[in-house]
Amino acid sequence: MKRYQQMFNRLNREGRGAFVPFVTIGDPTPALSFEIIKTLIDAGADALELGIAFSDPIADGPTIQGANIRALAAGVSPAISFDIIAKIRQYHATIPIGLLLYSNLVMARGIDDFYVKAAAAGVDSVLIADVPLHESKLFRQSAVKHDIAPIFIVPPNVDDDDLREIASYGRGYTYLLSRAGVTGAETVAAMPTSELIARIRSYNPAPPLLGFGISTPGHVKDAIHSGAAGAICGSAIVKLIEQHQSEPATLLTQLKQFVSNMKAAT
Amino acid sequence: MSELKLNPYFGQYGGMFVPQLLVPALKQLEQAYVDALEDPAFHAEFQQLLTEYAGRPTPLTLCRNISPNPLAKIYLKREDLLHGGAHKTNQVLGQALLTKRMGKKEVIAETGAGQHGVATALACALLGLKCRIYMGAKDIERQQPNVFRMKLMGATVIPVTSGSGTLKDAVNEAMRDWSATYDSTHYMLGTAAGPHPFPTIVRDFQKMIGEEAKQQILKAEGKLPDTVIACVGGGSNAIGIFADFINEPGVKLIGVEPGGKGIDTHQHGAALSTGSYGILHGAYTAIMQTSDGQIEESYSISAGLDYPAVGPQHTHLQQTGRAEYVAINDDEALAAFQQLAKSEGIIPALESSHALAYALKLAAQATAPTVLLVNLSGRGDKDLAHVHSVLAGGTL
Repeated sequence: MKRYQQMFNRLNREGRGAFVPFVTIGDPTPALSFEIIKTLIDAGADALELGIAFSDPIADGPTIQGANIRALAAGVSPAISFDIIAKIRQYHATIPIGLLLYSNLVMARGIDDFYVKAAAAGVDSVLIADVPLHESKLFRQSAVKHDIAPIFIVPPNVDDDDLREIASYGRGYTYLLSRAGVTGAETVAAMPTSELIARIRSYNPAPPLLGFGISTPGHVKDAIHSGAAGAICGSAIVKLIEQHQSEPATLLTQLKQFVSNMKAAT
Repeated sequence: MSELKLNPYFGQYGGMFVPQLLVPALKQLEQAYVDALEDPAFHAEFQQLLTEYAGRPTPLTLCRNISPNPLAKIYLKREDLLHGGAHKTNQVLGQALLTKRMGKKEVIAETGAGQHGVATALACALLGLKCRIYMGAKDIERQQPNVFRMKLMGATVIPVTSGSGTLKDAVNEAMRDWSATYDSTHYMLGTAAGPHPFPTIVRDFQKMIGEEAKQQILKAEGKLPDTVIACVGGGSNAIGIFADFINEPGVKLIGVEPGGKGIDTHQHGAALSTGSYGILHGAYTAIMQTSDGQIEESYSISAGLDYPAVGPQHTHLQQTGRAEYVAINDDEALAAFQQLAKSEGIIPALESSHALAYALKLAAQATAPTVLLVNLSGRGDKDLAHVHSVLAGGTL
């Protein structure tokens, strides 16, 4: 959990924002996925947002659904996902690692069991896509008990009561949605106004990272310009994996290029 | 954010497990429902639609020939005679009125057998709403007549090819659509499952089935039935006929899940019979899943029961022992389907045939005078081609 604080401190000193790539763990295979994630780190990612594949990802558009399907078809389970995370943690001791997944995977063997395993693998935060604030108590308590930051989503239609609670329960960072809908580069980010971000920040939540529809360096720049502490990019990266999954060398070169361009915009 | 107005839980089951983005839309729906309940004009309009448009009350029919045992009487609550061909019409009329009260002009729905899609399409045609209906590609294939009905009534039918291409995947797609369109669009969920407030609203808009049946059977028999039997996919027809009997301790309630090729085969849709609990489509309830928590694909000969979860109130009724849940396999349902046609001149939906099949088993076992009430939730017209091809092939 401290790794986020350390990252934001470093970025503040540098006067820059964070670039956080997302991929689904094990997409397209466990071995290549490990190489992909290493490449994201080497190319300049400030933190990682990693998905654990689920059969029914209702908050995801077709691109990330595809990543879930590929990982599941490759036999990737939560246990294998934690093994890959542990290897990433060995590879890089300080990069913040966030998990993004669905509630039934957290519940399957008991909520505490999940957070124990996540902590052991070296995870810093967990965002559960289908657990809104008012259903979050058991999850966030277990998270904090195991020194994992519970991440909350701030949708564009957020009201002041929710902002107050998000500021009080959230740790690590705050996931700011750029727009309604599901994940995907098909619908581009709608940049929040600086007024909205200023209003959010006035409640003093964990630093807001903007996600959904972020696919170009211009989006990253705009996000930081409007007051976000950084940007999260998933579908545009997963699309590269989808396109080049059978030519790993090309895939890793393209990913490296893409991530360094995005980081350069911070 | 304002507090919820109604309890989202049935015991420990239910809740509102959706992306944060959808919470305001669900709260808006809850508020619209609570306001409508206090508005006599809403009740009057709903009643008028049910009576003059949908054809309520539906009759209660005492079977003349099908009971295998002179001690057992089998009564059918004839939701098959409702406009649209199934009980689904009841609750969509209610939700369509709520849609208008919220000032929304468009509707999304998911459908399995196509009955909820047909009901949604007719209600939207009647009340001037624009609708798009998500339907699994596999279901579109086995329910062609209903697809055509929806289109005739002006609905757009969107095939869903992700996952297993059945009801579960249609719900996923509908929820994805809704997360981008909730400002202008109502999600007309078709069963008493999903996130709060749907299980409560759908039950309340279906509970006239049980209220009518209770009065009708009291008139016919001078007493309550011994057992009420209904099929359970998501569980709306079952909760609709159970609701008014829950506080009648002398009445046994039995929900019949789709046993498919047998509940030991993995090819079934009997979530409550598996004893496994988790979160799917917004509710904590009985679901079919792997030990890792991945949702399993369900199977049933009947598209309307082909769903790997169940409404949370049923899970609660099972846990408290108030209702019992059993499974009927494809072949038993198919036999009951044919038997009702031959002996009573009624072609039931394959879904409802599951309930009837279990009633026939109970009737055969009766050793004292017994009155069984079966919810005949839909008619079988939509199943004719499918059953014809299954029977012609000689196997399921």
